[in-house]
Amino acid sequence: MSFTLKIVLAVLGALGVIVVVTSFERPPVNVVQVGQRGTAMELVTNPRRVAAQLPRHAVPEPTPPLDAAGQKASEVYENVQVLGDLDANAFTRLMIGITAWVSPEQGCNYCHNPENLASDEVYTKVVTRRMLQMTKTINASWQAHVGQTGVTCYTCHRGKPIPEAVWSTDPDPRRTRGIIASAAGQNIASPAVGMSSLPHDPFTPFLLRDEPIRVIGTRPLPHGNPATIMGAEWTYGLMFHFSAATGQNCTFCHNTQNFGKWESSTPQRVTAWHGIRMVRELNNSYVEPLRPLWAANPHGPPERGDATQSRLGPGGDPWKVNCSTCHLGANRPLLGRSMLADYPELNAVTLGPLRSASR
Amino acid sequence: MAEYQNIFTRVIVHGPTPYPGVPLPKGDSPRTGTASFQRVLGKIGDAQLGPIYLGWLGTLSIVSFLVAFVTIGLNMWASVRWDPVQFVRQLFWLGLEPPPAQYGLRLPPMHDGGWWLFAGFFLTLSILLWWARTYRRARQLGMGTHVAWAFAAAIWLYLVLGFIRPLLMGSWSEAVPFGIFPHLDWTAAFSIRYGNLFYNPFHALSIVFLYGSTLLFAMHGATILAVSRYGGEREIEQTLDRGTAAERAALFWRWTRGFNATMESIHRWAWWFAVLCPLTGGIGILLTGTVVDNWYLWAVKHGFAPMYDPIVPGMADPAAAAGAMR
Repeated sequence: MSFTLKIVLAVLGALGVIVVVTSFERPPVNVVQVGQRGTAMELVTNPRRVAAQLPRHAVPEPTPPLDAAGQKASEVYENVQVLGDLDANAFTRLMIGITAWVSPEQGCNYCHNPENLASDEVYTKVVTRRMLQMTKTINASWQAHVGQTGVTCYTCHRGKPIPEAVWSTDPDPRRTRGIIASAAGQNIASPAVGMSSLPHDPFTPFLLRDEPIRVIGTRPLPHGNPATIMGAEWTYGLMFHFSAATGQNCTFCHNTQNFGKWESSTPQRVTAWHGIRMVRELNNSYVEPLRPLWAANPHGPPERGDATQSRLGPGGDPWKVNCSTCHLGANRPLLGRSMLADYPELNAVTLGPLRSASR
Repeated sequence: MAEYQNIFTRVIVHGPTPYPGVPLPKGDSPRTGTASFQRVLGKIGDAQLGPIYLGWLGTLSIVSFLVAFVTIGLNMWASVRWDPVQFVRQLFWLGLEPPPAQYGLRLPPMHDGGWWLFAGFFLTLSILLWWARTYRRARQLGMGTHVAWAFAAAIWLYLVLGFIRPLLMGSWSEAVPFGIFPHLDWTAAFSIRYGNLFYNPFHALSIVFLYGSTLLFAMHGATILAVSRYGGEREIEQTLDRGTAAERAALFWRWTRGFNATMESIHRWAWWFAVLCPLTGGIGILLTGTVVDNWYLWAVKHGFAPMYDPIVPGMADPAAAAGAMR
């Protein structure tokens, strides 16, 4: 072998080692079989990556419960619209909790006028009231998705006024002008769909509107199934999001040999089905109707601190909820630990209509 | 290093001056370019480069191809707002999509699939002209037209994907987009939409011929290299006048598995395996959506795929429950 050839081989070998080391996970990985043998229904986890994710899903220590004051919050404080049934001390404890979960740096004044805590003049207080009703709705009406674990403000907010993982409608899916071909909301590297070139805003059609997600025919022969191949790409984009949001692969829910069939799917698929409907309700009944408040305060309340992120997306619509908002890469948010159990106050929220903002 | 371990040609033979080729019949264009010898090319093939025969078919084919290529490229570049860095960086992600389903087979506006039809027309024209060129050049050289018909098999698959099947389905939206990842996305989505293409028996046949081609290619190449020390690469002579190379190669396969191809038949095996790969694949694509909507359920119906037991008893579509929301 000539000397030059040896050098070339050595360089190629070194490059190969670099590629292997930087692109693959070091074994061992854990593999758990969840379906019929031979169907590759396996959940693959890397214990080192799981360990690295633990701090992200840590649960803050709950505030110790206070002795009951013996008076309702509505009797002690003015303008308590949704938490009026709480004991006054339980109310105070929940306020401390909310501050720690949502605006720990900004403090109480993120929502309150310190001169008059009862005033609704800071718009975030009005938003919070609706968010509390949303939390109650999730815990009371969407147990098919959240189970008994439930959610608190922290499940999404994680100490930030705007949750880390939110989305807004792509304002320019076309990306071109005039007679030039439209990009049709796809064909660009997008983190929303795992850096693939699939349609990168599957949230607007499926998590805001309720366009059909199912594309696969249910009978062997043609039977008027209207789904298109492009429709399958949109659904595929949504599934990429599910996968990234939960840190799981396709086989967590599906027998991929036959994606559509419910009988060969796992129970998690039913949970996800309810989750899709839940997120639709959250976006349509709670987030979107608050748009005027954010539009009027696009940079947040006066006491926003460092949190200067715009309250509206590039298209002027509010930041909305998808699976990542709560899950943040874990198949059970906060790894399944229930904060709701420590804050039963959240179940005492009144769901009725709210009075218009009184000053 | 042993002879057979070398991937480069060890013997480079050429005359004192480049060979221009046989005299051309009346009506043919003159050949283009001056020929030269390139040692590097000699390592992987014949050392002589050129002259090339362009002619009308070749010239029109290249022009048509460039029209399609530039159309696709400019639309891709526009989709990153004419940013040259992003054009290079995201080149594999960019695409030119066929018209959306709402247009059916009608002519869509240029921005909504019109450019795809335009590029597809010129690409198809270019390919068909190039096919005619391979047929005509073979005839003019007094050769058989085996290359042209093998190429035609590939064109069949191309036309099924981009033209015949969309016509049968009544919509251009069923066709494949241009672009590296976009066409791969299409492939994955196509399989998912039609219930898993792996259960399409013609897809299976196509894979048989694809993998079979690589196997035959390896077996044949290895066999001939292995007997080249006995003149085995002179396959045409060895077809009729078997020498020790042909006998040894034949004996090797008869000893190892009882049966052998011949110096002639192995090339028929190779040609048919290669040609049947796109022919069967094209049939499989043509049947998808037109006569079969879900290949997995079709395979279950015909008894060659299992219907697995539920993973959990009682799993059912939540949307099918009484009173369930959509």
